[in-house]
Amino acid sequence: MKNRKIRFTAAGLSTVIVLGSLSGTVAFAGDSTSIVNVSYDPTRELYEQYNEIFKEHWKEQTGQDLEITQSHGGSGKQALEVANGLEADVVTLALEYDVKAVEEAGLIEEGWIDEFPLDSSPYTSTIVFLVREGNPKDIQDWDDLVKEDVGVITPNPKTSGGARWNYLAAWAYADQLYGGDEDQIKDFIKKLYENVLVLDSGARGATTSFVENGQGDVLIAWENEAYLSVQDYPDDYEIITPSISILAQPSVAVVDSVVDKRGTREVATEYLNYLYSDEAQRIAGDNFYRPSNEEILKEYADVFNLDINLVTIADFGGWTEAQETHFADGGVFDQIYEQ
Amino acid sequence: MSGKVQKTGDVKKKREQQGSRVTKWLLIGLSVLFLGVMLVLPLCAVLVQAFRNGMDAYLEAVTDEYTVKAVLLTLEATVVAVVFNTIFGLFAAWCITKFHFKGKKLLSTLIDVPVTVSPIIAGLIFILVFGRQSFLYPYLEALDIKIVFAVPGIILATVFVTFPFISRELIPVLEAQGTDEEEAAALMGAKGFTIFRKVTFPHIKWALLYGIVLCTARAMGEFGAVSVLSGHLRGKTNTLPLHIEILFNEFKYIPAFAVSTILVVMAVLLLIIRSIVEYRGKKKEE
Amino acid sequence: MKKKRVIPGFGLSLGITLTMLSIIVLIPLASLVVFTARMEWKDIIATITRGRVLSSFYVSFLTAFVASVINAVMGMVLAWVLVRYDFPGKRLMDGMIELPFALPTAVAGMSLTFLTTDNGWIGSFFAKFGIHIAYTRIGITVALIFIGIPFVIRSVQPVLEKLDPAYEEAAGVLGASRFTIFWKVIFPEVKPALFAGFGLAFGRCLGEYGSVVFIAGNKPYYTEITPLIIMSELQEYDYSSATAIALVMLITAFLILFINNMIQARNTRILTGGR
Repeated sequence: MKNRKIRFTAAGLSTVIVLGSLSGTVAFAGDSTSIVNVSYDPTRELYEQYNEIFKEHWKEQTGQDLEITQSHGGSGKQALEVANGLEADVVTLALEYDVKAVEEAGLIEEGWIDEFPLDSSPYTSTIVFLVREGNPKDIQDWDDLVKEDVGVITPNPKTSGGARWNYLAAWAYADQLYGGDEDQIKDFIKKLYENVLVLDSGARGATTSFVENGQGDVLIAWENEAYLSVQDYPDDYEIITPSISILAQPSVAVVDSVVDKRGTREVATEYLNYLYSDEAQRIAGDNFYRPSNEEILKEYADVFNLDINLVTIADFGGWTEAQETHFADGGVFDQIYEQ
Repeated sequence: MSGKVQKTGDVKKKREQQGSRVTKWLLIGLSVLFLGVMLVLPLCAVLVQAFRNGMDAYLEAVTDEYTVKAVLLTLEATVVAVVFNTIFGLFAAWCITKFHFKGKKLLSTLIDVPVTVSPIIAGLIFILVFGRQSFLYPYLEALDIKIVFAVPGIILATVFVTFPFISRELIPVLEAQGTDEEEAAALMGAKGFTIFRKVTFPHIKWALLYGIVLCTARAMGEFGAVSVLSGHLRGKTNTLPLHIEILFNEFKYIPAFAVSTILVVMAVLLLIIRSIVEYRGKKKEE
Repeated sequence: MKKKRVIPGFGLSLGITLTMLSIIVLIPLASLVVFTARMEWKDIIATITRGRVLSSFYVSFLTAFVASVINAVMGMVLAWVLVRYDFPGKRLMDGMIELPFALPTAVAGMSLTFLTTDNGWIGSFFAKFGIHIAYTRIGITVALIFIGIPFVIRSVQPVLEKLDPAYEEAAGVLGASRFTIFWKVIFPEVKPALFAGFGLAFGRCLGEYGSVVFIAGNKPYYTEITPLIIMSELQEYDYSSATAIALVMLITAFLILFINNMIQARNTRILTGGR
């Protein structure tokens, strides 16, 4: 009797293990003509379209059928998962800092930022305001966001990589306004975040709070996100471009250790290279990302405000320094919330 | 037996006359109000959102290729979790309620821990054990076994979050029942499995069914831990809750709510099946 | 006096229980401890006593406690109603208790937020009285109540069903009032189960993340919960801080359950006459 019970349990246990490992092997059976692209949230539509044209391009070049698996999520979380063993052939993340985290885990070789043109940023974006129809609070620039009766929606820069650009853009404005006086800048940023009604954990959550749940008067958003909302609800929202903003440069990189293991270096490199082709640049433009190719960007002059004054992350001393000063524990962002 | 039922009936009647009817309907009203606001209304909101763009949009969302794949993966993880936890639950409940030994309290506490561990932490610990920083990782890689960011990780997370659900249901019932009957059976020479089948099982049958239903429902809906461990590979490691999250993040609110209704329907079906089984079983017993 | 074990299967069932427990729960949890142990004590203390972390503990505990108390009271009422009364729609009511489990927490959060913002179905009603639900601590509590509904009901219900009405009858015959019968006869019987359900609900609410982030507003010092802090530490690749805070939560959860089980064990001893 006892034996039967043991056997039954053993059978059950081994079923569990076999089932688990089987499905694992099936899902990850190495196929030289498949790649995984780990990206961040707002690039879904972009890569959905790009993957189609790249598959054709690859088939023309090599005759191989290519399967591309997408993974999307918060940029920092995605980087962390790759660093923890999520097998990505390429990463296309929201900021250099996140790709650097993968580099520091030993998966990407140093110097990746020069592997592709223009700091490995095939498309860029910037930070703008989305306001409600008719702009009832008359919001024109950053200083309107610190007025008393204005409700601001922006995600938490500590949990959302993309939201760090929002914060830095505001800082750039205050920096110019107060001629670099740090106390006054901090005061400005503090006032701004005091007006924040909902500090969502991610960019898309913030958009939901603003659009679906009707919170706040202004959403600080990536330009491409703002245009998507306007496209979906053309009568309900307007885009306001502030006088000064930041050049948001999403970074792309080939994950060296993964492509070497899987033998996909060639296709992965071409996948990112082809992002700079005219066709792909136009797809980026159609999805409201600013094409990094100046010629193509001009074709979209009626869509984007090209006169906006853009600072870059280099003005903040690069990501490592910006992270250290502003977003690390005890950094400026923590300080402005201390009572 | 019938005499007792008769007597219970009499007492019940008497109490009704004493005015407990007011209490009864007050309590029922309170219950209906509470469940109505806290449970039915949110579900209605899901349904209203799901059908905001009409039936066609709903069907399109529900029959999408990725949705179907997500349903299958969710079912796989759920079945494994239920089987595993049923086996565990029976042994653990037997061990804890029929015997006295040192460390019993500690053991039953440890079994409960997964319920109270934040899903985020649940995901994190499996990454620490099987992820790249783990000392196990080189071995796993050499054997080409993928656990985190693959299906086994999702299954592990699901088993973890539903771990105590079945044993939890069995333990109070067995505890209230005591050990007299089993002891008597054992003294009369019955073997372990026979005692379990003939003496214990009839007592815990319905609690076990509750446990399985709870476990299934929770396994289907698990989000946090699975989210940390899945890697969100579209069509490969996305369970239904994760697929819903992705749809939300694509600004596809209506499809997202539409897909959520699949989970609600699956849960409702499960609960109906339970009701039928229990109803028939109890009728037979009488 | 130590009694000889007459019921068979002790070694087998204990062995299997421990093995499965170790694989699924103990070893993974131990990894958290090992990871945190790499930090120095003063770093751990510094991490968990930061203002934002402390206030997140406060928010998490407060909302989880209030939600669990409400669930304990309502769970008792619901279990009573479901076991003792007959009324139309009873089976429907009984059947839907588990639904909060099946709905992904993120969907629950979205749906509750939709209902409770100042222009939502419920929120607009309360907004008239100046009560805001979504994006406040009340909102967090509401989400946690939703998450915790099944726990108390499902632990009290089976015990209540097993309860022999003979005791109540006896008490009734002896002239006890209905309140006294409940308080002196029924309540002591279900108390362990009630506490068990409360403890589980409380622990579960403490750790809840998916639904709360949508409804909370996540404002530091006001509606920021501890799991969100852990998430943001991970986002900064700060594994040490994340695991240190996670460990505090884990120990708390463990303590709650342990105390809980002690109460239960004592009650069981009393109930079964000291066996």
